[in-house]
Amino acid sequence: MAKYLLIVDYNGGDVDTPMDEWTPQDIAAHMDYYGALRQELLDSGELVDQQALTGPEHAKVVTSDGVAAPVVTDGPFAESKELLAGYQLVDVDSEARAIEIAAKISCVPGPGGVPQRQPITVRRVMDAADFELLTSEV
Amino acid sequence: MKDPVEDLLRELAPQVLGALARRFGDFCAAEDATQEALLAAATHWDGIPDNPRGWLIQTGSRKLLDQLRADQARRRREVLAVEPPPVVYERDDTLTVLFLCCHPALTEASAIALTLRAVGGLSTGEIARAFLVPEATMGQRISRAKQKVRSLDAPFRMPERPEWASRLRSVLHVLYLIFNEGYAGGGGELVRVDLSAEAIRLARMLRALLPDDGEVAGLLALMLLTDARRPARVDAAGDLVPLAEQDRRRWLRPLIVEGTAVLDAAFRAGAVGPFQLQAAIAALHDRAASTQDTDWPQILALYGLLERMTANPVVALNRAVAAAMVDGPAEGLRLLAALDGRLPGSHRLDAVRGHLYELAGDAAAAAGHYRAAASATASIPERRYLTMRAARLNAGGNVVPGS
Repeated sequence: MAKYLLIVDYNGGDVDTPMDEWTPQDIAAHMDYYGALRQELLDSGELVDQQALTGPEHAKVVTSDGVAAPVVTDGPFAESKELLAGYQLVDVDSEARAIEIAAKISCVPGPGGVPQRQPITVRRVMDAADFELLTSEV
Repeated sequence: MKDPVEDLLRELAPQVLGALARRFGDFCAAEDATQEALLAAATHWDGIPDNPRGWLIQTGSRKLLDQLRADQARRRREVLAVEPPPVVYERDDTLTVLFLCCHPALTEASAIALTLRAVGGLSTGEIARAFLVPEATMGQRISRAKQKVRSLDAPFRMPERPEWASRLRSVLHVLYLIFNEGYAGGGGELVRVDLSAEAIRLARMLRALLPDDGEVAGLLALMLLTDARRPARVDAAGDLVPLAEQDRRRWLRPLIVEGTAVLDAAFRAGAVGPFQLQAAIAALHDRAASTQDTDWPQILALYGLLERMTANPVVALNRAVAAAMVDGPAEGLRLLAALDGRLPGSHRLDAVRGHLYELAGDAAAAAGHYRAAASATASIPERRYLTMRAARLNAGGNVVPGS
């Protein structure tokens, strides 16, 4: 088993229209699709965690040298499409399965029920085995 | 909770903890021993013994003594040669435990977790699932809360009389937060303990201990009158349904009847406090057959009293909604202007502005505020509701019923 982080950002794939300009039916279908997928992953025991974040205009960037007061920058930020919108953390048998789940997230229905083809980034989470490899070489 | 043994164990939990803490003087160790005794009872009991409370106190005492002996052996001191004395405890220490768990020196999150475990008799795992955090996180939170209680070095006894009013306010506030977490958190998660039901159970218990306190009764009434609307609050698709659009036939009449009776008794008791006022507002909503039928002038007056009493911006927000219902949306929007900057990070101001612009017929402004509110909330059902609302208006859709 290995954990993978499946990252959703603000790149809507084939869809550029903000969600509040979709029809209510399309929004419901979109949300229900996510809900059903979440339930499927809960039932299979593969879903570790899933979160959606508040919008990037509420984000803050903090830098500090550990001495002076931290510098806090408020959004909005220029490259907001690349910011994290939400994620699923899954615990799966193989990378192939992680990709399979990412594909299901990517084809979430957009306006008119057309799959959005939203880009999902798949990142494996480091686990104890990674550190064993490192230390065995020392 | 349908299991009578479990019900009994949870009711006895704070009494056992109180007895052990009083006897051994160590609240933290007593709390651990109580959980172990509850677990032992849940595994070993075949039916309910003759004196379940005595059984639990005896078992907890043994666990505590074992622990003390182990500690002392480790320190190479003489083993304490004490057998647990026969158990005869008349006193109910539940209230003392509750005061300690809701100590104002604890953060809200700590007090909530500790109260649910020590007074509610819930396990760390159950509490963690209720708040959707990992068990290790909740374990740490409870452990820190217990360390804090220990550092207070407060003897295990009731606070002095002059402290009662302020300490009781902390207790009521913690129970109120537990209720809200259950209510706002919504259902859907079968594994979640029903926090609203747990808060109501604890408020009933508190009322039995302090039957003459108007605010204790007010809080219980508020919970009952709010919980009565729960079946109508979410539709079949899982979407939130605002009060104005709820199917009022689905409200739970027995809870409304009980809540109203509790509230009436509280009002007869004298001094009126914030929980009684909130309960009175909830009762006015529960009594009305529809939004149009609602006694908005009375609700507006009650919010006015409440705002003077609490200076809480959320109360001011609700007063603006009531003002809009009495004097029109423009008046509501005018009152909201005074709240800019007083609710930082909250999506509620935008959500209410959206609602009032919708009532005023300004679909574009309403949709903009709904969209802003959707982006600011971390609750998925609320985000869904607010996005839907914006989408309906953008699609040239309806204005809310009742306008």
